[in-house]
Amino acid sequence: MPSDFISNLFVFILAGFVGFEVIKRVSPLLHTPLMSLTNALDAIVVVAAIIIAGRHETMLSTVLGIIAVGASFSNMVGGFLITDRMLRMFKTGKSKKS
Amino acid sequence: MTGLSPQQLIDLTYIVAAVLFILSLKWLSSPVTARHGVLAGEIGAALAVGATLFNPELVQYRWIVIALIIGAGIGVPLGMVHMTAVPQRTALSHAFGALSATMIGIAEYYVRAPQVTKFGMVEIGLEVIIGSLTFTGSLIAAGKLQEILPQRPITYRGQNIVSLSVLGTAVVLALILVIHPAYMKLFPAMVGVALFFGVLLVTPIGGADMPTVISLLNSYAGLSAALLGFVLNSKVLVVAGALDGSSGFILSVIMCKAMNRSFTNVLFGAFGQEQVAAAGHVEARPVHSATADEAAAILAAANKVVIVPGYGMAVAQAQHKVRELYDALTKRGIDVKFGIHPVAGRMPGHMNVLLAEADIPYDKLLDMDVVNGEFPQTDVALVIGANDVTNPAARNETGSPIYGMPILDVDKARTVMVIKRSMSPGFAGIDNPLYYLDRTLMLFGDAKAFVGDIVRELGGTHQ
Repeated sequence: MPSDFISNLFVFILAGFVGFEVIKRVSPLLHTPLMSLTNALDAIVVVAAIIIAGRHETMLSTVLGIIAVGASFSNMVGGFLITDRMLRMFKTGKSKKS
Repeated sequence: MTGLSPQQLIDLTYIVAAVLFILSLKWLSSPVTARHGVLAGEIGAALAVGATLFNPELVQYRWIVIALIIGAGIGVPLGMVHMTAVPQRTALSHAFGALSATMIGIAEYYVRAPQVTKFGMVEIGLEVIIGSLTFTGSLIAAGKLQEILPQRPITYRGQNIVSLSVLGTAVVLALILVIHPAYMKLFPAMVGVALFFGVLLVTPIGGADMPTVISLLNSYAGLSAALLGFVLNSKVLVVAGALDGSSGFILSVIMCKAMNRSFTNVLFGAFGQEQVAAAGHVEARPVHSATADEAAAILAAANKVVIVPGYGMAVAQAQHKVRELYDALTKRGIDVKFGIHPVAGRMPGHMNVLLAEADIPYDKLLDMDVVNGEFPQTDVALVIGANDVTNPAARNETGSPIYGMPILDVDKARTVMVIKRSMSPGFAGIDNPLYYLDRTLMLFGDAKAFVGDIVRELGGTHQ
């Protein structure tokens, strides 16, 4: 078993645990923005896509990498945008402008 | 200490990004700090992407820049969709995320193959299978939510066996590739079978189960990103994927509990099946119905009103009329709150977003547990487009298919009013005893039009 795997597993378990503790505190009120925000964060795979596309090892890997850059970056941009739009709508009675 | 290499600097930036991602989710715990959370996430993502562009291994930039521009060009309109379209947008973004992770996994395979280590092949195989099934599954879910595909569950005999054998085939192909890395031709077959399994997984699932499915696909999308992190040995992907995966997992568990489904039931995708056998006896019993002016008179005489919205409100686009009703009643000094069931709508939190969009203050939107304590002191419970989540059979009829499902106890209010198109049963095909109670008044009609009529009767039309 490669040592990289062990260290990645280590990070995975700790991050999953942190995620669990943090996310269970999110109010059900915000479950839709939660999902769009985690989608945007998940779009960080764009960094792997950039590397695969930019290394230009084979034509295939470059083409697949470029598709991946487009798909994940659209998620990143769209995910943050819609999350912020949704959160702006959540107002209390006091802060509500009439 | 000697200077840092460019790669080390990039890795340090990734650590900062990972910390910002965790803070981003932490700040989402309250609506007050939530927007800081988005900012933290944006900064983290920008840092990570910016640092990656300095990776010394990159030899070409032109196509990356073009892809980033195209991605932003797709992302902006997807970020600007109307709030009623958020469920399908979310499903589509699960599909994009999974597509991206799958493409990278496939690219990595062909760069390495046939010199793939056994362990590397296990990781790639798992990553590509989960990514592929999430991609097609999410596309089907988006199609159902957009109503391009039928929302009703499409089922046939022996479905689970067929679906599981398809998944099994994909796993077997992956295992052959692990043992015999030279059989490279099997790799596209494995991808194809996994893509097909995604279609089989989601096709049988009906519209009302979408909150669970969307959460589950969310979890799978996160898992595929984390697995990609294992394949590429990229910790920032492992962290982001683990966060996304655990978020989807928690939401799936919440949705399951709210529908009284077991978690294994969901994990194996065997849901959306029970309701086929669920068609209960529908007998013609008398109901009390009322007109808009009668309903308005009862509401005007109340001190405390709880409105229970469901998917029907979203379909009828009635949320802005509901807001007018809220204003008209509040102006008369009536206490108006909203009772929100976790699975109301087509995704977790769907109703909250629609009502917030209609400018209803979020402190009036109460969770099921909180609002259930308030129904006994409530004068009028007004149900708009919700059915099964208010069905008292879930509480006391042990034979009912939804027995044990937590519901909103609207029947404990002094008067119940239900806006409904007709007496047709809800998604689960079960008759709702709530409608035959003496204290229940049925308001037959389109949700938007009927609420509008009530508002007019109250003399509180928009100023």
